[in-house]
Amino acid sequence: MKLLTHNMLSCHIKGVKNGYPFLIEVIKVSEHEADFDPDFLKHIFPRINWLAFLQGAEAMGCREGLPEAPTETYLEDEQFQKAFHHALLEVTLEEGSLVCPETGRRFPVAKGIPNMLLNEDEC
Amino acid sequence: MGKGERPEHMAPPDIFYNEDEARKYTTNSRMIAIQAALTERALELLALPHDGVPRLLLDLGCGSGLSGEALSEAGHVWMGLDISAAMLDVAAEREVEGDLVLNDLGHGLPLRPGSFDGAISISAVQWLCNADRRGHDPRKRMKRFFETLYACLRRGARAVLQIYPENHQQAEMLVASAMKVGFSGGLVVDYPHSTRAKKYFLVLMVGTSTAVPQAKGLDGSEPEEEEEAQIKMAGRDRFKRRKTGSGMKGRDWVLRKKEQMRKKGYDIAPDTKYTGRKRKHIV
Repeated sequence: MKLLTHNMLSCHIKGVKNGYPFLIEVIKVSEHEADFDPDFLKHIFPRINWLAFLQGAEAMGCREGLPEAPTETYLEDEQFQKAFHHALLEVTLEEGSLVCPETGRRFPVAKGIPNMLLNEDEC
Repeated sequence: MGKGERPEHMAPPDIFYNEDEARKYTTNSRMIAIQAALTERALELLALPHDGVPRLLLDLGCGSGLSGEALSEAGHVWMGLDISAAMLDVAAEREVEGDLVLNDLGHGLPLRPGSFDGAISISAVQWLCNADRRGHDPRKRMKRFFETLYACLRRGARAVLQIYPENHQQAEMLVASAMKVGFSGGLVVDYPHSTRAKKYFLVLMVGTSTAVPQAKGLDGSEPEEEEEAQIKMAGRDRFKRRKTGSGMKGRDWVLRKKEQMRKKGYDIAPDTKYTGRKRKHIV
């Protein structure tokens, strides 16, 4: 699970109002190269919840180099682009859990795949 | 898969697509070709701007990543959801570029509002029409799926869901459920006159009232041979056109069949002047 995914995931348990963002419990993180595309970064930047992104990056150990509150103009800077790209797309949670901030319910992550299946009473 | 039997009648999707089935599905070259073609068409119907900017897309029922790979080829960034852990494992093994999530579409999508530029689904959503487990209410599940899908798409975005409905009622049930949550759009049926080439696409739009796109093959034309892989289910009509005068199978037919079998890799005797010749009628 990359931080791009984490930024979009929200808890869908019935009745939950504040199920975003998930807290990340890390057991194992891996890194792998991804195609660098500034066009995509510019496209997706306005949609990224930056606070959630920073929280996730902190948990996954790639917080370094990321500014507190970047604006659109930061996207012209190559150094920012590289740091953003790396944290968003190149660091992946292999093993761990996603924890719902409202209910504390754990969704396990194994082999990089979060298990979001709900129990009968949750949907 | 059973001969002519719908997978939806055999087992729930997470049981049907076990490790063996997942591997068979993914290494079947015909399946790969079909999925690629369907994904191409779905992308066409998504009508994303041609500006070279990658979009963030959902692949619902992504399975082993065949359709997702086509999305990557087209330059997009995608997230795949599927109910079968075995299928997702195959996708992960193949190192597909999209992130994968284990999820039941009938539980709804665990996504933030307005997070995606579009969604596709290839041959998956009809599974929602069946009650796979005791206590399943298909209508409730379908509603949950469509309302969360609607919520997670940006304004102006589309969802294109290719389905294999069992019958007209199923297709109508899906359309109605989608319209009820606020989507506009409808069903696009490509090659409606052809049993084997006919394809159903549910084209759903958020917040626009554009007309439903035009289907292919409305004039009765069929897709080109190379484009369209053969579908096992309705093979009979393939030969309806080739009637020889006396109603018997002529030499031409025999030569064609032999060539077909050669292409499939069978060991076939070479064609000679004796091939398909008229034999003496012995009572």
